[in-house]
Amino acid sequence: MVDAWQVLAGIGDPEIPVVSITELGIVREVAQRPGSVEVAITPTYSGCPAMQAIEEEIVNRLQQAGYGEVKVKTVLAPAWSTDWITPAARDKLKQFGIAPPGRVNLFPRSVACPRCGSARTERVSEFGSTACKAHYRCLECLEPFDYFKPL
Amino acid sequence: MDSSTCELALRMGDNALILGQRLAEWLGHGPQLEEDIAAANIALDLIGQARLWLSLAGRLEGRGRDEDALAYLRDQHEFRNCTMVELPNGDYAFTIVRRTLFDAYQRVLLERLAGGADEGFAAIAAKSKKEADYHWRHSADWTLRFGDGTEESHRRAQDALDRLWGYTHELFAPDAADPEADALRGPWLELVGPVLKQATLTIPADRAFLSGGKRGVHSEHLGYILAEMQFLQRAYPGARW
Repeated sequence: MVDAWQVLAGIGDPEIPVVSITELGIVREVAQRPGSVEVAITPTYSGCPAMQAIEEEIVNRLQQAGYGEVKVKTVLAPAWSTDWITPAARDKLKQFGIAPPGRVNLFPRSVACPRCGSARTERVSEFGSTACKAHYRCLECLEPFDYFKPL
Repeated sequence: MDSSTCELALRMGDNALILGQRLAEWLGHGPQLEEDIAAANIALDLIGQARLWLSLAGRLEGRGRDEDALAYLRDQHEFRNCTMVELPNGDYAFTIVRRTLFDAYQRVLLERLAGGADEGFAAIAAKSKKEADYHWRHSADWTLRFGDGTEESHRRAQDALDRLWGYTHELFAPDAADPEADALRGPWLELVGPVLKQATLTIPADRAFLSGGKRGVHSEHLGYILAEMQFLQRAYPGARW
């Protein structure tokens, strides 16, 4: 049977499918027992509507992989942080057109454009297309882009 | 479990739920697209937080009520949100100034709860605090722009502050559920004061007025919110999709 972590690593985030839920740090713990498995996940934002979809996908995929009983529990502490996003996932975000989050710090000096790399960018809005992103614009290549907010 | 802990969890949940509901009213009506989206995002955070707090309150209460039962099946006098969050949105300046006052309160209160001994409270508070920091950045920024903007925007922001200030006293009135509430007023003023000053707004004189939302004594406005929010569950009990 395929290792449960490996199965979970194949599940993309519903809103940013290029990165997996394990790379984002959403999966906190996996307890495997013969014939069953319990997965602990943590929400990114309190109101993130993707959490329920993620939960259902975890159950589906693990059952398909032969795990009979699959339980998903939500843990809140420690609170999820963008610092948990892996370096590989940060590269994938950038290639997808989303500026990866800087270190957790409420006032980053500048955000580099994920397309042309210029640091000459400006924030259009603190809130973007999903709870986890802000809306930016590059003053060099003039393209708008999303910034994954440090949290 | 003593009832004052449950009471505090209810207050946290109801504040987030009712303000989230109010912010959701801006959807499709925001002054610009970005603000429409910001209101939706902040409302979503708040309703997510409300779900966590109300679930906790239900467990502490121990009568088998879950987040949905608490949100959809309680009557007006059972809601424990402060009166400020239930007031109608008014214009955008009123919406923003209210959030500036409330977001600052959330930041200092959540900070205290995040460092507290109760693990259930601390976990939700630590998570919510990170979101509240972003909410505050947004509302404080707009208060600056309105207050220190045009004559018209300044007038509207000052008018909002004049009408809202009296409702802030309730936040710091200590009682059995939160005996240390008054200790938060200093840190709160340290956040709010400099922003209002920079926005060239004048803090109005304190008057002898104390709203009673957190004790369940609400303004006439809460009933209308509940009528809209609870209609489906009241008309079709147990309806699901």
